[in-house]
Amino acid sequence: MESTASECESFYHEKGKYKGILSWLMSTDHKRIGIQYLVALLTFFSVGVMLGLLIRLSLIAPGTFIGQETYNRVFSVHGIIMIFLFIIPGVPVAFGNFFLPIMIGARDVAFPRLNRFTWWTYLAGATLVALSLFAAGGAPDTGWTFYAPYSIRAKANITLAVTGVFVLGFSSILTGINFVTTIHRLRAPGMTWFKLPLFVWTLYATGWVQLLATPVLAITLVFIILGRVFGVGFFDPSKGGDPILYEHLFWTYSHPAVYIMVLPAMGIISEVIPVFARKKIFGYKAVALSAIGIASVGYFVWGHHMFTSGMSDTARIIFSFITFLVAVPSGIKIFNWVSTLYKGSIVGSAPIYFALTFIFLFSIGGLTGLIIGSLEPNLQLHGTYFIVAHFHYVMFGGAGFAILTALHYWFPKMFGRMYPERPAKIGWFILFIGFNVLYFSMFILGYEGMPRRYFDYPARYFPLHLVSTIGSWILAAGLAIIAGNLLRALFKGPKAPADPWGGRTLEWTIPSPPPAENFVETPVIRD
Amino acid sequence: MALNATEGGDHIGSYRTYFFIWAALMLLLVATIVVAKVEVSKYSVLLNLFIATVKAGLVLFFFMHLKYENWFLKGVLFMVLVMLASVIGLTFSDVWYR
Amino acid sequence: MVQAEKQRDRIGAKYGMWLFLFTEILFFGGMFLLYSVYRSKYPVEFHASAAEENLLLGSINTAVLLTSSLFIAVAISAVKKGNYRLSVILQGATILMGIVFLGIKAVEWFEKIARGIYPNSPVLDKMSMGEILFFGLYYVMTGIHGLHVLIGVCVIAFMVYFTLTGNITRENFSKIENTGLYWHFVDIVWIYLFPLFYLIT
Repeated sequence: MESTASECESFYHEKGKYKGILSWLMSTDHKRIGIQYLVALLTFFSVGVMLGLLIRLSLIAPGTFIGQETYNRVFSVHGIIMIFLFIIPGVPVAFGNFFLPIMIGARDVAFPRLNRFTWWTYLAGATLVALSLFAAGGAPDTGWTFYAPYSIRAKANITLAVTGVFVLGFSSILTGINFVTTIHRLRAPGMTWFKLPLFVWTLYATGWVQLLATPVLAITLVFIILGRVFGVGFFDPSKGGDPILYEHLFWTYSHPAVYIMVLPAMGIISEVIPVFARKKIFGYKAVALSAIGIASVGYFVWGHHMFTSGMSDTARIIFSFITFLVAVPSGIKIFNWVSTLYKGSIVGSAPIYFALTFIFLFSIGGLTGLIIGSLEPNLQLHGTYFIVAHFHYVMFGGAGFAILTALHYWFPKMFGRMYPERPAKIGWFILFIGFNVLYFSMFILGYEGMPRRYFDYPARYFPLHLVSTIGSWILAAGLAIIAGNLLRALFKGPKAPADPWGGRTLEWTIPSPPPAENFVETPVIRD
Repeated sequence: MALNATEGGDHIGSYRTYFFIWAALMLLLVATIVVAKVEVSKYSVLLNLFIATVKAGLVLFFFMHLKYENWFLKGVLFMVLVMLASVIGLTFSDVWYR
Repeated sequence: MVQAEKQRDRIGAKYGMWLFLFTEILFFGGMFLLYSVYRSKYPVEFHASAAEENLLLGSINTAVLLTSSLFIAVAISAVKKGNYRLSVILQGATILMGIVFLGIKAVEWFEKIARGIYPNSPVLDKMSMGEILFFGLYYVMTGIHGLHVLIGVCVIAFMVYFTLTGNITRENFSKIENTGLYWHFVDIVWIYLFPLFYLIT
């Protein structure tokens, strides 16, 4: 045991073996690893946003800014970066790493060195993906889904990109193993399962999905690499292979991956809403168990990505049916959040603005999901902008806004500074307007038949494309204000107290920012 | 809630048990080859997969000490296998009826 | 209290290893999925191709791997009983068995490659689609399994070193216990690969 004084010092001042940048890269402290992940994620997010803006810009005047092939590469790389480098690792690696051990009253995760290793593998995977963008051969142009057989024949740097994604998947699996073991083994005395904060519950469910889904992606990517390098033609019809089987394997991972992105996001919302509604969460057990429900049902609905791929009718009907089942636990969550807000004395701080927006946007994303989850409308809408709008409402409106919620909610705890409320709310307002202008017009575009991924289109779609692009500029302005506000607060903000919001979970019982080992004494949880 | 510390890992398998399990595995290996060569019926492939499962079970329960673990690991293993079977089953709902 | 913490850590480590093995089940599961789909599509070709496999070498390899599993299991019990000398010998025997397995596997592969049967080869591409898929799956599944064996051999080599240097003891045996779990798992995968590639004639 060291002296109490040094234990109370924030983890930013921790004196380890290494100095400078190495004191971060070599650190096994879950908080340092979480902060590093956060920086990397937000960096990749900005790159992804730039690429997204470029896509929108190209679409108001096709051919003026970038050529057709570049366009294909830009939307593929936008997808690869946003999905594999930002939103899938997203909440768990940044906020999960930082807060999971604190919330269950532990000093670190179960395997701190493994945790550091996942961070390194993440960096390695990201480097490979980045190399694939610039190496000779050109950036991937397959879309983020790497559909075979094109991905096996394409001339672009698919092998490099796919290897990068494989390595990122490895990192994700190890994070899942680490979190599940941590939650099983390191809960503080008295922290029984049904006293766990809801964010921890969702991380637990997410951990299982990471464990059980990501290996399927890994083997699928190995098949692509083997196909490209050794000519093994598992998905090549001329060699007896079945390309639809690639889609089965790919979506067996990539649909559960949606829940890797959204479940912990829901966990954040479940933390924020009760704190700012000044009430206990309504139906704690239902919310906790619905996370497990979503995770398990979500594993068996991948086929709804393939209704127009030439699957059998039997399979289409089965998958459509199971897809409706997954709406039930999601609905439970939404209703419980709204019931928590009912008759609460809601405090109008910035985090609750983002959290409420999450509920609104995610509901739109989820309900349009029911439309395209049923077979008939899906056949009409699948290849159109309707899908693009739908998954941006779920991914950005859901997971993205949850990350913004978490940033505003936990910013004082992570960095020990407060940010000014007003600019945060102005940024939120502009972002909210921009978001809906950008993506809601895509619903209409898709409904009118505008196919997705197209470089050019008939003139009658132009007005809505223009509206959408203008929306993208508004959205970017909103993001810039939010980012500027938080960055400024990072250096100039007033010192944050231990519990600025009146939160009840364990992270608010320790100083901001937390000391190196989190707790001086292991907390004991009583009723 | 903390799990009992004397479970699972503290189990020391006796050399004798391991030897008997190994002998059983060898016998099953011979059996599976015989089944394949004799071709008793068209079910010999299924029978061989059944024998493989018995072998895998012996390795799991004795060599890997699953017999002495708590409900958690057993339950999750069962869940994982059901999951894999369901994924394969759902894929076949496409492959068979296409 | 310190003792209790140590106990917790060890069970945690074991959980971590099992969780990793669950991911491995699904990793190999993807390959078994492909196998089952293509076998159901081309049952006749799969049966015919399996007849070309060398049953004798395959059976010997199965026996080799099963025996290696016995060795590592006893080696772990030996560590727990404090008999480090016996443990080191048996770990060495496990490594040897692993290398023999890989050697026999290499003989089988090279024998096929010499006949021109390998992915994307002119000989194989002239065969029927079922045969192309069968041999593709054969190379990929035994290859990835072999890679796991190779990794296992390297890891056990480290365990020998740790046992010799007193890093693994009867109080602190998580490392070798987890290595054993991994090795047994690789064994189980082979238990299924063997009938699927050698016995469905």
